[in-house]
Amino acid sequence: MFAHEFMRNALIAGSFVGLACGLVGYFVVLRAQVFAGDALSHVAFTGGLAAAVLGLNILAGVFAATILGGIVMGLLGDKARADDVTIGSLFAWTLGLGVLFLTIFTTQDSAGNGTAGVRVLFGSIFGLSAADVRTSVVLAVLACAILLAIARPLLFASLDNAVAAAQGVPVRVLGLGFLALLGLVAAQATQAVGALLLLGLLAAPAGAAHRLTANPYRGLLLSTLFSVGSIWIGLTLSYAFPTLPPSSMIIAAAVGIYLLALATTIPRARAVWPRPANANVAA
Amino acid sequence: MATVMPEAAVFQGLSWNPLTDVQQLFTYPFMVNALAAGTIVAVMAGVTGWFMVLRRQTFAGHTLSVIAFPGAAAASLAGLPLAVGYFGFCGLGALALAGIAGSRRSLSAESAAIGALQALALALGFLFVTLYHGVLNGLDSLLFGTFLGITTQQVVVLLAVAAAAVGLVAIAARPLFFASVDADVARAGGVPVSALGFGFLLVLGLSVAETSQITGALLVFALLVTPAATAHQLTARPALGIALSVALALAVTWLGLALAYFSIYPVGFYITSLSFGLYVLVRLGRALGRRRRATARLALRAA
Repeated sequence: MFAHEFMRNALIAGSFVGLACGLVGYFVVLRAQVFAGDALSHVAFTGGLAAAVLGLNILAGVFAATILGGIVMGLLGDKARADDVTIGSLFAWTLGLGVLFLTIFTTQDSAGNGTAGVRVLFGSIFGLSAADVRTSVVLAVLACAILLAIARPLLFASLDNAVAAAQGVPVRVLGLGFLALLGLVAAQATQAVGALLLLGLLAAPAGAAHRLTANPYRGLLLSTLFSVGSIWIGLTLSYAFPTLPPSSMIIAAAVGIYLLALATTIPRARAVWPRPANANVAA
Repeated sequence: MATVMPEAAVFQGLSWNPLTDVQQLFTYPFMVNALAAGTIVAVMAGVTGWFMVLRRQTFAGHTLSVIAFPGAAAASLAGLPLAVGYFGFCGLGALALAGIAGSRRSLSAESAAIGALQALALALGFLFVTLYHGVLNGLDSLLFGTFLGITTQQVVVLLAVAAAAVGLVAIAARPLFFASVDADVARAGGVPVSALGFGFLLVLGLSVAETSQITGALLVFALLVTPAATAHQLTARPALGIALSVALALAVTWLGLALAYFSIYPVGFYITSLSFGLYVLVRLGRALGRRRRATARLALRAA
Protein backbone atom coordinates (compact mmCIF):
# COMPACT_ATOMS: atom_id res chain seq x y z
CA MET A 1 0.00 0.00 0.00
CA PHE A 2 2.84 2.37 0.80
CA ALA A 3 4.63 1.48 -2.41
CA HIS A 4 2.33 3.69 -4.48
CA GLU A 5 3.13 7.35 -4.58
CA PHE A 6 -0.51 8.42 -4.86
CA MET A 7 -1.29 6.44 -1.74
CA ARG A 8 1.60 7.99 0.21
CA ASN A 9 0.50 11.46 -0.90
CA ALA A 10 -3.07 10.74 0.08
CA LEU A 11 -2.05 9.43 3.49
CA ILE A 12 0.23 12.38 4.28
CA ALA A 13 -2.20 15.05 3.09
CA GLY A 14 -5.12 13.19 4.67
CA SER A 15 -3.43 12.98 8.05
CA PHE A 16 -2.82 16.70 8.17
CA VAL A 17 -6.32 17.49 6.94
CA GLY A 18 -7.62 15.18 9.65
CA LEU A 19 -5.51 16.91 12.26
CA ALA A 20 -6.86 20.35 11.35
CA CYS A 21 -10.46 19.12 11.03
CA GLY A 22 -10.34 17.35 14.37
CA LEU A 23 -9.07 20.41 16.21
CA VAL A 24 -11.34 22.95 14.55
CA GLY A 25 -14.28 20.55 14.58
CA TYR A 26 -14.10 20.28 18.36
CA PHE A 27 -14.75 24.00 18.66
CA VAL A 28 -17.35 23.94 15.90
CA VAL A 29 -19.39 21.42 17.87
CA LEU A 30 -18.74 23.18 21.18
CA ARG A 31 -20.04 26.46 19.72
CA ALA A 32 -22.97 24.66 18.05
CA GLN A 33 -21.87 26.01 14.67
CA VAL A 34 -22.10 22.81 12.67
CA PHE A 35 -24.63 24.54 10.43
CA ALA A 36 -21.98 27.13 9.56
CA GLY A 37 -19.73 24.27 8.47
CA ASP A 38 -22.60 22.99 6.35
CA ALA A 39 -22.93 26.41 4.73
CA LEU A 40 -19.19 26.65 4.10
CA SER A 41 -19.23 23.35 2.27
CA HIS A 42 -21.64 24.87 -0.26
CA VAL A 43 -19.57 28.01 -0.49
CA ALA A 44 -16.54 25.83 -1.24
CA PHE A 45 -18.40 24.20 -4.10
CA THR A 46 -19.33 27.52 -5.68
CA GLY A 47 -15.85 28.96 -5.18
CA GLY A 48 -14.20 25.99 -6.81
CA LEU A 49 -16.48 26.10 -9.83
CA ALA A 50 -16.19 29.88 -10.17
CA ALA A 51 -12.43 29.46 -10.35
CA ALA A 52 -12.86 26.67 -12.91
CA VAL A 53 -15.02 28.92 -15.08
CA LEU A 54 -12.50 31.76 -14.88
CA GLY A 55 -9.70 29.36 -15.68
CA LEU A 56 -8.01 29.82 -12.32
CA ASN A 57 -6.71 27.25 -9.90
CA ILE A 58 -9.72 25.46 -8.40
CA LEU A 59 -8.10 25.12 -5.01
CA ALA A 60 -7.32 28.85 -4.86
CA GLY A 61 -10.98 29.55 -5.61
CA VAL A 62 -12.11 27.22 -2.84
CA PHE A 63 -9.79 28.86 -0.33
CA ALA A 64 -10.80 32.39 -1.24
CA ALA A 65 -14.50 31.54 -1.16
CA THR A 66 -14.57 29.68 2.14
CA ILE A 67 -12.45 32.19 4.05
CA LEU A 68 -14.59 35.02 2.69
CA GLY A 69 -17.71 32.98 3.48
CA GLY A 70 -16.59 32.49 7.06
CA ILE A 71 -16.02 36.21 7.52
CA VAL A 72 -19.37 37.12 5.94
CA MET A 73 -21.19 34.71 8.23
CA GLY A 74 -19.42 36.17 11.21
CA LEU A 75 -20.39 39.70 10.19
CA LEU A 76 -24.03 38.73 9.59
CA GLY A 77 -24.72 37.38 13.05
CA ASP A 78 -24.83 39.01 16.44
CA LYS A 79 -21.83 38.28 18.61
CA ALA A 80 -20.17 36.73 15.56
CA ARG A 81 -22.68 33.90 15.68
CA ALA A 82 -24.84 34.08 12.57
CA ASP A 83 -28.41 32.89 12.86
CA ASP A 84 -29.53 29.80 10.99
CA VAL A 85 -32.13 31.41 8.78
CA THR A 86 -29.75 34.04 7.42
CA ILE A 87 -27.05 31.45 6.83
CA GLY A 88 -29.59 29.17 5.19
CA SER A 89 -30.85 31.83 2.79
CA LEU A 90 -27.33 32.88 1.93
CA PHE A 91 -26.07 29.42 1.15
CA ALA A 92 -29.15 28.42 -0.77
CA TRP A 93 -28.27 31.28 -3.08
CA THR A 94 -24.58 30.38 -3.13
CA LEU A 95 -25.56 26.94 -4.28
CA GLY A 96 -27.69 28.41 -7.03
CA LEU A 97 -24.66 30.38 -8.18
CA GLY A 98 -22.64 27.18 -8.07
CA VAL A 99 -25.14 25.51 -10.39
CA LEU A 100 -24.82 28.45 -12.76
CA PHE A 101 -21.03 28.11 -12.82
CA LEU A 102 -21.37 24.37 -13.31
CA THR A 103 -23.57 24.95 -16.36
CA ILE A 104 -21.25 27.57 -17.80
CA PHE A 105 -18.27 25.35 -17.19
CA THR A 106 -19.73 22.22 -18.76
CA THR A 107 -21.10 24.05 -21.82
CA GLN A 108 -17.94 26.11 -22.29
CA ASP A 109 -15.59 23.18 -22.12
CA SER A 110 -16.45 21.23 -25.24
CA ALA A 111 -13.79 18.66 -24.47
CA GLY A 112 -16.43 17.19 -22.21
CA ASN A 113 -14.66 17.78 -18.95
CA GLY A 114 -17.75 17.38 -16.85
CA THR A 115 -15.87 15.95 -13.91
CA ALA A 116 -14.75 19.22 -12.31
CA GLY A 117 -18.05 19.58 -10.51
CA VAL A 118 -17.91 16.05 -9.20
CA ARG A 119 -14.31 16.47 -8.12
CA VAL A 120 -15.12 19.60 -6.12
CA LEU A 121 -18.26 18.04 -4.65
CA PHE A 122 -16.76 14.72 -3.64
CA GLY A 123 -13.01 15.25 -3.54
CA SER A 124 -10.12 13.58 -5.27
CA ILE A 125 -7.67 12.56 -2.60
CA PHE A 126 -6.01 9.90 -4.77
CA GLY A 127 -5.19 12.52 -7.39
CA LEU A 128 -3.01 14.78 -5.26
CA SER A 129 0.42 15.77 -6.54
CA ALA A 130 3.48 16.21 -4.34
CA ALA A 131 3.05 19.99 -4.57
CA ASP A 132 -0.60 19.71 -3.44
CA VAL A 133 0.56 17.69 -0.46
CA ARG A 134 3.13 20.31 0.51
CA THR A 135 0.53 23.11 0.36
CA SER A 136 -1.95 21.15 2.37
CA VAL A 137 0.62 20.23 5.05
CA VAL A 138 1.78 23.84 5.40
CA LEU A 139 -1.77 25.18 5.60
CA ALA A 140 -2.88 22.52 8.06
CA VAL A 141 0.06 23.23 10.34
CA LEU A 142 -0.69 26.95 10.08
CA ALA A 143 -4.35 26.42 10.96
CA CYS A 144 -3.50 24.20 13.91
CA ALA A 145 -0.93 26.69 15.21
CA ILE A 146 -3.39 29.59 15.05
CA LEU A 147 -6.07 27.52 16.73
CA LEU A 148 -3.81 26.35 19.55
CA ALA A 149 -2.65 29.94 20.08
CA ILE A 150 -6.21 31.18 20.58
CA ALA A 151 -7.50 27.96 22.17
CA ARG A 152 -7.81 29.21 25.75
CA PRO A 153 -9.70 32.48 25.15
CA LEU A 154 -11.78 30.78 22.43
CA LEU A 155 -12.74 28.04 24.85
CA PHE A 156 -13.71 30.63 27.43
CA ALA A 157 -15.75 32.62 24.90
CA SER A 158 -17.45 29.47 23.60
CA LEU A 159 -18.46 28.22 27.02
CA ASP A 160 -19.70 31.50 28.42
CA ASN A 161 -19.79 34.34 25.99
CA ALA A 162 -21.11 36.97 28.39
CA VAL A 163 -18.65 36.27 31.19
CA ALA A 164 -15.75 36.13 28.75
CA ALA A 165 -16.77 39.49 27.29
CA ALA A 166 -17.00 40.96 30.78
CA GLN A 167 -13.49 39.68 31.51
CA GLY A 168 -12.17 41.62 28.53
CA VAL A 169 -11.89 38.73 26.07
CA PRO A 170 -12.42 40.16 22.55
CA VAL A 171 -15.38 37.86 21.92
CA ARG A 172 -16.46 39.27 18.59
CA VAL A 173 -13.01 39.29 17.03
CA LEU A 174 -12.43 35.76 18.28
CA GLY A 175 -15.70 34.59 16.78
CA LEU A 176 -14.90 36.18 13.44
CA GLY A 177 -11.36 34.86 13.42
CA PHE A 178 -12.65 31.41 14.26
CA LEU A 179 -15.09 31.41 11.35
CA ALA A 180 -12.30 32.54 8.99
CA LEU A 181 -10.14 29.71 10.31
CA LEU A 182 -13.04 27.33 9.79
CA GLY A 183 -13.14 28.54 6.20
CA LEU A 184 -9.45 27.72 5.77
CA VAL A 185 -9.89 24.24 7.18
CA ALA A 186 -13.03 23.66 5.14
CA ALA A 187 -11.08 24.41 1.97
CA GLN A 188 -8.41 21.97 3.11
CA ALA A 189 -10.95 19.28 3.69
CA THR A 190 -12.57 19.92 0.31
CA GLN A 191 -9.40 18.52 -1.21
CA ALA A 192 -9.63 15.32 0.75
CA VAL A 193 -13.32 14.47 0.94
CA GLY A 194 -14.98 17.08 -1.26
CA ALA A 195 -17.20 20.03 -0.52
CA LEU A 196 -20.28 18.00 0.32
CA LEU A 197 -18.64 15.62 2.76
CA LEU A 198 -16.36 17.89 4.75
CA LEU A 199 -19.16 18.42 7.24
CA GLY A 200 -18.77 14.82 8.34
CA LEU A 201 -15.11 15.28 9.08
CA LEU A 202 -15.89 18.39 11.14
CA ALA A 203 -18.93 17.09 13.00
CA ALA A 204 -18.61 13.35 13.52
CA PRO A 205 -15.18 12.96 15.21
CA ALA A 206 -15.77 16.05 17.34
CA GLY A 207 -19.29 14.91 18.22
CA ALA A 208 -17.86 11.57 19.36
CA ALA A 209 -15.20 13.32 21.47
CA HIS A 210 -17.84 15.51 23.10
CA ARG A 211 -19.84 12.40 23.95
CA LEU A 212 -16.88 10.70 25.58
CA THR A 213 -15.40 13.50 27.68
CA ALA A 214 -16.22 16.94 28.97
CA ASN A 215 -12.56 17.80 29.55
CA PRO A 216 -11.60 20.16 26.71
CA TYR A 217 -7.98 19.06 26.32
CA ARG A 218 -8.83 15.37 26.36
CA GLY A 219 -11.69 16.19 24.00
CA LEU A 220 -9.42 17.99 21.54
CA LEU A 221 -7.01 15.07 21.58
CA LEU A 222 -9.76 12.50 21.06
CA SER A 223 -11.40 14.51 18.31
CA THR A 224 -8.09 14.77 16.44
CA LEU A 225 -7.35 11.07 16.91
CA PHE A 226 -10.79 10.10 15.63
CA SER A 227 -10.55 12.36 12.64
CA VAL A 228 -7.06 11.22 11.59
CA GLY A 229 -8.07 7.64 12.33
CA SER A 230 -11.14 7.82 10.13
CA ILE A 231 -9.06 9.14 7.24
CA TRP A 232 -6.63 6.24 7.60
CA ILE A 233 -9.44 3.69 7.85
CA GLY A 234 -11.23 5.22 4.90
CA LEU A 235 -8.14 5.30 2.68
CA THR A 236 -7.22 1.71 3.58
CA LEU A 237 -10.73 0.47 2.83
CA SER A 238 -10.80 2.29 -0.46
CA TYR A 239 -7.37 0.90 -1.36
CA ALA A 240 -8.42 -2.62 -0.47
CA PHE A 241 -11.72 -2.38 -2.39
CA PRO A 242 -11.10 -0.08 -5.36
CA THR A 243 -14.80 0.21 -6.22
CA LEU A 244 -15.45 2.09 -3.00
CA PRO A 245 -14.80 5.85 -3.29
CA PRO A 246 -12.32 7.12 -0.66
CA SER A 247 -14.40 10.11 0.46
CA SER A 248 -17.43 7.96 1.21
CA MET A 249 -15.29 5.49 3.14
CA ILE A 250 -13.67 8.26 5.20
CA ILE A 251 -17.06 9.66 6.20
CA ALA A 252 -18.43 6.18 6.84
CA ALA A 253 -15.50 5.54 9.21
CA ALA A 254 -16.03 8.87 10.97
CA VAL A 255 -19.75 8.26 11.41
CA GLY A 256 -19.01 4.71 12.54
CA ILE A 257 -16.77 6.06 15.30
CA TYR A 258 -19.48 8.54 16.25
CA LEU A 259 -22.10 5.78 16.48
CA LEU A 260 -19.74 3.68 18.61
CA ALA A 261 -19.26 6.63 20.95
CA LEU A 262 -23.04 7.08 21.14
CA ALA A 263 -23.55 3.38 21.86
CA THR A 264 -20.99 3.28 24.63
CA THR A 265 -22.30 6.38 26.37
CA ILE A 266 -26.06 5.96 26.13
CA PRO A 267 -26.64 4.04 29.39
CA ARG A 268 -24.38 6.37 31.33
CA ALA A 269 -25.91 9.43 29.74
CA ARG A 270 -29.39 8.33 30.84
CA ALA A 271 -28.21 7.82 34.41
CA VAL A 272 -26.39 11.12 34.76
CA TRP A 273 -28.75 13.24 32.73
CA PRO A 274 -32.37 12.50 33.49
CA ARG A 275 -34.38 13.84 30.59
CA PRO A 276 -35.27 17.44 31.43
CA ALA A 277 -38.84 18.57 31.07
CA ASN A 278 -38.09 20.69 28.03
CA ALA A 279 -35.83 18.15 26.34
CA ASN A 280 -37.50 18.25 22.97
CA VAL A 281 -37.99 21.93 22.44
CA ALA A 282 -37.47 22.36 18.73
CA ALA A 283 -34.11 23.67 17.69
CA MET B 1 -26.70 18.10 -18.19
CA ALA B 2 -30.27 17.74 -17.21
CA THR B 3 -31.06 21.39 -17.70
CA VAL B 4 -30.27 21.62 -21.39
CA MET B 5 -32.59 24.02 -23.18
CA PRO B 6 -34.72 22.95 -26.14
CA GLU B 7 -33.19 23.11 -29.60
CA ALA B 8 -33.37 26.33 -31.59
CA ALA B 9 -35.74 24.69 -34.06
CA VAL B 10 -38.60 24.65 -31.56
CA PHE B 11 -37.48 27.62 -29.58
CA GLN B 12 -38.53 31.06 -30.76
CA GLY B 13 -36.69 33.18 -28.23
CA LEU B 14 -37.92 36.21 -26.38
CA SER B 15 -40.04 38.52 -28.55
CA TRP B 16 -40.39 41.21 -25.85
CA ASN B 17 -44.13 41.11 -26.42
CA PRO B 18 -45.43 39.96 -23.03
CA LEU B 19 -48.57 38.38 -24.46
CA THR B 20 -46.87 36.19 -27.04
CA ASP B 21 -44.07 35.38 -24.65
CA VAL B 22 -46.46 34.12 -22.01
CA GLN B 23 -48.34 32.26 -24.72
CA GLN B 24 -45.11 30.65 -25.83
CA LEU B 25 -44.45 29.50 -22.27
CA PHE B 26 -47.64 27.45 -22.41
CA THR B 27 -47.12 26.06 -25.91
CA TYR B 28 -45.09 23.00 -25.06
CA PRO B 29 -46.51 20.26 -22.85
CA PHE B 30 -43.19 19.88 -21.02
CA MET B 31 -43.36 23.52 -20.01
CA VAL B 32 -47.00 23.28 -18.91
CA ASN B 33 -46.09 20.29 -16.76
CA ALA B 34 -43.08 22.12 -15.37
CA LEU B 35 -45.21 25.13 -14.45
CA ALA B 36 -47.87 22.92 -12.84
CA ALA B 37 -45.26 20.98 -10.88
CA GLY B 38 -43.50 24.18 -9.88
CA THR B 39 -46.77 25.65 -8.63
CA ILE B 40 -47.60 22.62 -6.51
CA VAL B 41 -44.09 22.43 -5.10
CA ALA B 42 -44.03 26.14 -4.30
CA VAL B 43 -47.29 26.02 -2.36
CA MET B 44 -46.15 23.03 -0.35
CA ALA B 45 -42.69 24.47 0.30
CA GLY B 46 -44.16 27.83 1.26
CA VAL B 47 -46.41 26.31 3.93
CA THR B 48 -44.00 23.78 5.44
CA GLY B 49 -41.07 26.18 5.12
CA TRP B 50 -42.88 28.81 7.15
CA PHE B 51 -43.23 26.41 10.07
CA MET B 52 -39.67 25.19 9.60
CA VAL B 53 -38.31 28.72 9.96
CA LEU B 54 -40.62 29.37 12.91
CA ARG B 55 -39.36 26.23 14.65
CA ARG B 56 -35.74 27.12 13.84
CA GLN B 57 -35.26 23.75 12.18
CA THR B 58 -33.34 24.98 9.15
CA PHE B 59 -30.44 22.63 9.78
CA ALA B 60 -32.79 19.68 10.19
CA GLY B 61 -34.67 20.73 7.05
CA HIS B 62 -31.50 20.98 5.06
CA THR B 63 -30.40 17.57 6.28
CA LEU B 64 -33.73 16.08 5.21
CA SER B 65 -33.35 17.60 1.77
CA VAL B 66 -29.84 16.17 1.48
CA ILE B 67 -31.12 12.74 2.49
CA ALA B 68 -33.25 12.75 -0.65
CA PHE B 69 -30.05 12.31 -2.67
CA PRO B 70 -28.94 8.90 -1.33
CA GLY B 71 -32.59 7.87 -1.51
CA ALA B 72 -32.71 8.50 -5.21
CA ALA B 73 -29.27 7.00 -5.76
CA ALA B 74 -30.19 3.85 -3.83
CA ALA B 75 -33.41 3.50 -5.82
CA SER B 76 -31.59 3.74 -9.14
CA LEU B 77 -29.01 1.24 -7.91
CA ALA B 78 -31.71 -1.21 -6.86
CA GLY B 79 -33.75 -0.62 -10.00
CA LEU B 80 -36.74 0.72 -8.08
CA PRO B 81 -38.75 3.79 -9.04
CA LEU B 82 -37.04 6.97 -7.81
CA ALA B 83 -40.05 8.00 -5.76
CA VAL B 84 -39.68 4.90 -3.56
CA GLY B 85 -36.14 5.94 -2.70
CA TYR B 86 -37.07 9.55 -2.06
CA PHE B 87 -39.95 8.71 0.25
CA GLY B 88 -38.24 5.82 2.00
CA PHE B 89 -35.09 7.72 2.83
CA CYS B 90 -36.81 10.96 3.77
CA GLY B 91 -39.16 9.05 6.06
CA LEU B 92 -36.22 7.30 7.74
CA GLY B 93 -34.41 10.63 7.98
CA ALA B 94 -37.39 12.24 9.69
CA LEU B 95 -37.46 9.37 12.18
CA ALA B 96 -33.74 9.78 12.91
CA LEU B 97 -34.03 13.56 13.26
CA ALA B 98 -36.99 13.22 15.60
CA GLY B 99 -34.93 10.76 17.65
CA ILE B 100 -32.06 13.25 17.80
CA ALA B 101 -34.39 16.08 18.83
CA GLY B 102 -36.05 13.91 21.47
CA SER B 103 -32.90 12.65 23.16
CA ARG B 104 -30.83 15.76 22.89
CA ARG B 105 -28.82 17.00 25.79
CA SER B 106 -27.64 20.30 24.42
CA LEU B 107 -27.66 22.41 21.30
CA SER B 108 -24.09 21.44 20.43
CA ALA B 109 -24.73 17.70 20.82
CA GLU B 110 -27.80 18.02 18.62
CA SER B 111 -26.02 19.92 15.88
CA ALA B 112 -23.15 17.41 15.89
CA ALA B 113 -25.63 14.55 15.54
CA ILE B 114 -27.48 16.23 12.67
CA GLY B 115 -24.18 17.01 10.97
CA ALA B 116 -23.03 13.41 11.26
CA LEU B 117 -26.36 12.20 9.87
CA GLN B 118 -26.13 14.56 6.92
CA ALA B 119 -22.56 13.60 6.10
CA LEU B 120 -23.48 9.94 6.27
CA ALA B 121 -26.36 10.53 3.88
CA LEU B 122 -24.11 12.29 1.37
CA ALA B 123 -21.37 9.67 1.68
CA LEU B 124 -23.93 6.92 1.04
CA GLY B 125 -25.32 8.84 -1.90
CA PHE B 126 -21.91 9.19 -3.50
CA LEU B 127 -21.17 5.53 -2.82
CA PHE B 128 -24.40 4.42 -4.52
CA VAL B 129 -23.79 6.68 -7.49
CA THR B 130 -20.26 5.33 -7.86
CA LEU B 131 -21.45 1.74 -7.64
CA TYR B 132 -24.13 2.50 -10.20
CA HIS B 133 -22.15 3.36 -13.27
CA GLY B 134 -24.63 5.81 -14.73
CA VAL B 135 -22.42 8.36 -13.02
CA LEU B 136 -22.16 11.89 -14.36
CA ASN B 137 -25.45 12.91 -15.93
CA GLY B 138 -27.40 11.04 -13.30
CA LEU B 139 -25.47 12.68 -10.50
CA ASP B 140 -26.02 16.18 -11.78
CA SER B 141 -29.75 15.76 -12.17
CA LEU B 142 -30.12 14.05 -8.79
CA LEU B 143 -28.35 16.94 -7.11
CA PHE B 144 -29.58 19.84 -9.18
CA GLY B 145 -32.86 18.58 -10.53
CA THR B 146 -34.60 18.57 -13.84
CA PHE B 147 -37.74 20.47 -14.56
CA LEU B 148 -37.85 19.35 -18.15
CA GLY B 149 -39.44 16.04 -18.93
CA ILE B 150 -41.87 16.00 -16.03
CA THR B 151 -44.71 13.67 -16.98
CA THR B 152 -48.38 14.36 -16.40
CA GLN B 153 -48.47 11.33 -14.13
CA GLN B 154 -45.74 12.85 -11.98
CA VAL B 155 -47.78 16.03 -11.69
CA VAL B 156 -50.78 14.03 -10.47
CA VAL B 157 -48.68 12.24 -7.84
CA LEU B 158 -47.19 15.57 -6.79
CA LEU B 159 -50.63 17.05 -6.39
CA ALA B 160 -51.80 14.18 -4.21
CA VAL B 161 -48.75 14.34 -1.96
CA ALA B 162 -48.90 18.11 -1.70
CA ALA B 163 -52.59 17.98 -0.80
CA ALA B 164 -51.81 15.45 1.93
CA ALA B 165 -48.89 17.48 3.30
CA VAL B 166 -50.68 20.83 3.26
CA GLY B 167 -53.84 19.21 4.63
CA LEU B 168 -51.96 17.66 7.54
CA VAL B 169 -50.31 20.96 8.37
CA ALA B 170 -53.67 22.75 8.12
CA ILE B 171 -55.34 20.29 10.51
CA ALA B 172 -52.53 20.61 13.04
CA ALA B 173 -51.81 24.28 12.37
CA ARG B 174 -53.07 25.75 15.64
CA PRO B 175 -51.47 23.30 18.10
CA LEU B 176 -48.33 23.16 15.94
CA PHE B 177 -48.05 26.94 16.05
CA PHE B 178 -48.58 26.93 19.81
CA ALA B 179 -45.99 24.17 20.33
CA SER B 180 -43.49 25.94 18.07
CA VAL B 181 -43.79 29.31 19.78
CA ASP B 182 -43.75 28.12 23.38
CA ALA B 183 -43.25 24.39 23.86
CA ASP B 184 -43.36 24.47 27.66
CA VAL B 185 -46.64 26.33 27.95
CA ALA B 186 -48.11 24.22 25.16
CA ARG B 187 -47.15 21.03 26.99
CA ALA B 188 -48.65 22.34 30.19
CA GLY B 189 -51.80 23.11 28.20
CA GLY B 190 -52.02 19.46 27.14
CA VAL B 191 -50.67 19.80 23.60
CA PRO B 192 -48.76 16.64 22.52
CA VAL B 193 -45.58 18.57 21.72
CA SER B 194 -43.26 15.64 20.95
CA ALA B 195 -45.80 13.91 18.71
CA LEU B 196 -46.36 17.17 16.84
CA GLY B 197 -42.63 17.65 16.42
CA PHE B 198 -42.24 14.19 14.96
CA GLY B 199 -45.27 14.60 12.75
CA PHE B 200 -44.00 17.87 11.44
CA LEU B 201 -40.63 16.36 10.55
CA LEU B 202 -42.45 13.60 8.66
CA VAL B 203 -44.49 16.12 6.66
CA LEU B 204 -41.32 18.11 6.03
CA GLY B 205 -39.64 14.93 4.80
CA LEU B 206 -42.63 14.22 2.56
CA SER B 207 -42.56 17.63 0.96
CA VAL B 208 -38.78 17.57 0.61
CA ALA B 209 -38.97 14.17 -1.08
CA GLU B 210 -41.50 15.51 -3.55
CA THR B 211 -39.77 18.79 -4.18
CA SER B 212 -36.35 17.29 -4.73
CA GLN B 213 -37.62 15.23 -7.65
CA ILE B 214 -38.10 18.52 -9.46
CA THR B 215 -35.47 20.84 -8.06
CA GLY B 216 -32.81 18.29 -7.11
CA ALA B 217 -31.69 17.48 -3.61
CA LEU B 218 -29.45 20.51 -3.25
CA LEU B 219 -31.94 23.18 -4.27
CA VAL B 220 -35.05 22.17 -2.32
CA PHE B 221 -33.74 24.16 0.52
CA ALA B 222 -33.87 27.41 -1.45
CA LEU B 223 -37.64 27.11 -1.85
CA LEU B 224 -38.16 25.96 1.72
CA VAL B 225 -36.17 28.53 3.60
CA THR B 226 -35.82 31.79 1.70
CA PRO B 227 -39.47 32.72 0.92
CA ALA B 228 -40.42 31.69 4.45
CA ALA B 229 -37.60 33.74 5.96
CA THR B 230 -38.71 36.75 3.93
CA ALA B 231 -42.30 36.31 5.12
CA HIS B 232 -41.12 36.11 8.73
CA GLN B 233 -39.27 39.37 8.22
CA LEU B 234 -42.40 41.06 6.92
CA THR B 235 -45.03 39.95 9.39
CA ALA B 236 -45.36 38.10 12.67
CA ARG B 237 -49.01 37.19 12.06
CA PRO B 238 -49.24 33.48 11.24
CA ALA B 239 -52.02 33.44 8.63
CA LEU B 240 -50.66 36.43 6.75
CA GLY B 241 -47.13 35.07 7.05
CA ILE B 242 -48.04 31.69 5.55
CA ALA B 243 -49.94 33.37 2.73
CA LEU B 244 -46.97 35.64 2.01
CA SER B 245 -44.54 32.75 2.13
CA VAL B 246 -46.64 30.81 -0.40
CA ALA B 247 -47.06 33.87 -2.63
CA LEU B 248 -43.33 34.57 -2.64
CA ALA B 249 -42.47 30.94 -3.36
CA LEU B 250 -44.96 30.94 -6.25
CA ALA B 251 -43.63 34.17 -7.67
CA VAL B 252 -39.98 33.13 -7.66
CA THR B 253 -40.80 29.69 -9.07
CA TRP B 254 -42.85 31.06 -11.97
CA LEU B 255 -40.38 33.80 -12.76
CA GLY B 256 -37.47 31.39 -12.42
CA LEU B 257 -39.05 28.88 -14.78
CA ALA B 258 -39.87 31.58 -17.33
CA LEU B 259 -36.36 33.04 -17.18
CA ALA B 260 -34.80 29.61 -17.51
CA TYR B 261 -36.99 28.92 -20.52
CA PHE B 262 -35.81 32.02 -22.32
CA SER B 263 -32.11 31.67 -21.47
CA ILE B 264 -29.44 29.02 -21.35
CA TYR B 265 -28.90 29.10 -17.62
CA PRO B 266 -30.34 26.60 -15.12
CA VAL B 267 -33.63 27.18 -13.31
CA GLY B 268 -32.01 26.56 -9.93
CA PHE B 269 -29.84 29.60 -10.36
CA TYR B 270 -32.81 31.86 -11.13
CA ILE B 271 -35.01 30.57 -8.32
CA THR B 272 -32.30 30.89 -5.68
CA SER B 273 -31.13 34.30 -6.90
CA LEU B 274 -34.62 35.77 -7.09
CA SER B 275 -35.61 34.58 -3.65
CA PHE B 276 -32.34 35.64 -2.08
CA GLY B 277 -32.56 39.05 -3.76
CA LEU B 278 -36.03 39.54 -2.30
CA TYR B 279 -34.83 38.49 1.13
CA VAL B 280 -31.94 40.95 1.04
CA LEU B 281 -34.24 43.76 -0.14
CA VAL B 282 -36.67 43.12 2.70
CA ARG B 283 -33.89 42.96 5.29
CA LEU B 284 -32.43 46.23 3.97
CA GLY B 285 -35.84 47.88 3.91
CA ARG B 286 -36.51 46.88 7.49
CA ALA B 287 -33.09 48.09 8.64
CA LEU B 288 -33.68 51.45 6.96
CA GLY B 289 -37.15 51.71 8.47
CA ARG B 290 -35.76 51.01 11.93
CA ARG B 291 -33.11 53.68 11.51
CA ARG B 292 -35.67 56.23 10.31
CA ARG B 293 -37.91 55.49 13.28
CA ALA B 294 -34.93 55.80 15.63
CA THR B 295 -33.93 59.21 14.22
CA ALA B 296 -37.55 60.34 14.38
CA ARG B 297 -37.65 59.39 18.06
CA LEU B 298 -34.41 61.25 18.69
CA ALA B 299 -35.74 64.35 16.92
CA LEU B 300 -38.92 64.13 18.99
CA ARG B 301 -36.95 63.90 22.19
CA ALA B 302 -34.77 66.86 21.20
CA ALA B 303 -37.82 68.97 20.37
